[in-house]
Amino acid sequence: MLDIHEIGKTFNGGTPDQVCALQGIDLAIEDGSFVVVIGTNGSGKSTLLNAVAGTFPVDSGSISLGGVNITGWSEHQRAKLIGRVFQNPFSGTAPNMSIAENLALAARRGRPRRLGWLLDGHVRSELQARIRQLNMGLEDRVDSPIGLLSGGQRQALTLLMATWLKPELLLLDEHTAALDPKSADQVIALTAEIVERARLTTLMVTHSMNQAANLGDRLVMMHRGRIVQDFQGAEKRRIRVDDLLARFEEVRRADQLDESAAEMLRRTYV
Amino acid sequence: MSLLIGAVTLGLILSLLALGVFISFRIFAFPDITADGSSTLGAALAAALLVKGTNPGLATAAGFAGGFLAGAVTGTLATKFKINGLLAGILVMTALYSVNFHIMGKSNVPLLGRSTLATYAERVGGRTLGGEGNLNIFGWEVTLYDTSVMVAAFLGIVLVGLLLYAFLQTNLGSAMRATGDNNQMIRALGVNHENMIVLGLAVSNGLIALAGAFLAQYQGFADVQMGIGMVVWGLASVIIGEALVGTRQTGMSIIGAVMGSVLFRLLVAIALRLGPNATDLKLMTAGFVFAALILPGPLKKIHAGKLRLSHA
Repeated sequence: MLDIHEIGKTFNGGTPDQVCALQGIDLAIEDGSFVVVIGTNGSGKSTLLNAVAGTFPVDSGSISLGGVNITGWSEHQRAKLIGRVFQNPFSGTAPNMSIAENLALAARRGRPRRLGWLLDGHVRSELQARIRQLNMGLEDRVDSPIGLLSGGQRQALTLLMATWLKPELLLLDEHTAALDPKSADQVIALTAEIVERARLTTLMVTHSMNQAANLGDRLVMMHRGRIVQDFQGAEKRRIRVDDLLARFEEVRRADQLDESAAEMLRRTYV
Repeated sequence: MSLLIGAVTLGLILSLLALGVFISFRIFAFPDITADGSSTLGAALAAALLVKGTNPGLATAAGFAGGFLAGAVTGTLATKFKINGLLAGILVMTALYSVNFHIMGKSNVPLLGRSTLATYAERVGGRTLGGEGNLNIFGWEVTLYDTSVMVAAFLGIVLVGLLLYAFLQTNLGSAMRATGDNNQMIRALGVNHENMIVLGLAVSNGLIALAGAFLAQYQGFADVQMGIGMVVWGLASVIIGEALVGTRQTGMSIIGAVMGSVLFRLLVAIALRLGPNATDLKLMTAGFVFAALILPGPLKKIHAGKLRLSHA
């Protein structure tokens, strides 16, 4: 279970470019729960994911995963517990290494790397079997560089890599945003299948209202570094794309109201 | 003929330098110029110990260890202290100049009459080939010393090349390759990429120092100035090697670096024979590397143009 407690993060603090990206986020995710995060641009949804992954230290609050407080852990230490798929298909794989080598590196996620062979017979046969399950015809190309593959194929393999060893938490950062619609659908179908089969605790950021409405068992909406909506259970199941769009419109209007109200106050009192 | 053998031997010895540069420049894309200092460090350590009568194998190993440490220092400066990689290399290289002077006690240590790996090779060569003096190979008169050292250098390189290739296929070595290829990915897989860079530069400079230790024993002296320009020589070898094998795949790159180093030395030997004196060697090398760096682009264009023509 992931327990995010009151975390805050400000970028460029003390300068005119100051951005309060996370303002006291509180979020507890049960084991096996699939949480989708949506939000307006700059709402802090990717920042939230990066804070959990350990890309940067948070200013305040704590993060614990599986009962362990990981707030002070570095990115590579957290990787023992966390599997990640990035937005950019180029980020998750080493392009000049072969498909087999990439997968074998992932098969030791968070484990010590010593002088045993990376590709021993056991790893080879296992990765053949797992790649075949993708149904992408890649099982005959395991020794070619992964950089030759399309973005969709790479994201599928990155997903396989992130979940090779069952992670305590799977982080998906808009992992279909850079793909064409058909590849995106394939990767989403694969995501749903993998998450369901292993009952993975998952935190997924998306920009797609469709994915947000149809995936996961909980939906969190963020705005300006805060969580503004949290749909769970039956409520989440009833959500349709139109409802989400309506909610976004509400948030936007509330913003305008805030600004005009502030303006009015300024005019009256300053 | 002995000029040819000399060039090949030098090329083989300096291919260790090429392998070191291959690791830093190609695997990690790290512009490490510690090499100028670490190659001399290897030579200085080996020479100073040999003069004291240390076993040549041990003295050479000490040279490797010294380079390993120097590389680790550069790596630590660049990663833990976030100093620009180029600057970190310059700092260590500059510091090593004084260190090397201290190790040797003077600017030049001759190894005349000392037992070295080269004299070992000559003795073994004499025993296997029978007799002293000169050999006759395909009608050419060559000295036993030159031939034995060349064969020994060749065997040594094959061994080191195989070891390096094997290492790069292990879990640790692969994590190092992945660090150079995509450090975000390898961090997400639980590897401390900074440690990989420190270790990689250590291995790289260990090999470069090993080249220095061999070189000192081959030429019969260590000199505090001998490392100047080593990085460029190594880089030239790697680039020529890539042109020769035409791929960046690990195994072929290693073979290419060795071949590139030998070919580079042969070209230098020929060029020196044709006229210019040794002082111009570094200028020639720089010009040569420049040409090797910019030529592949235009060549590719010409090649592509030809393809278009043939398809038209």
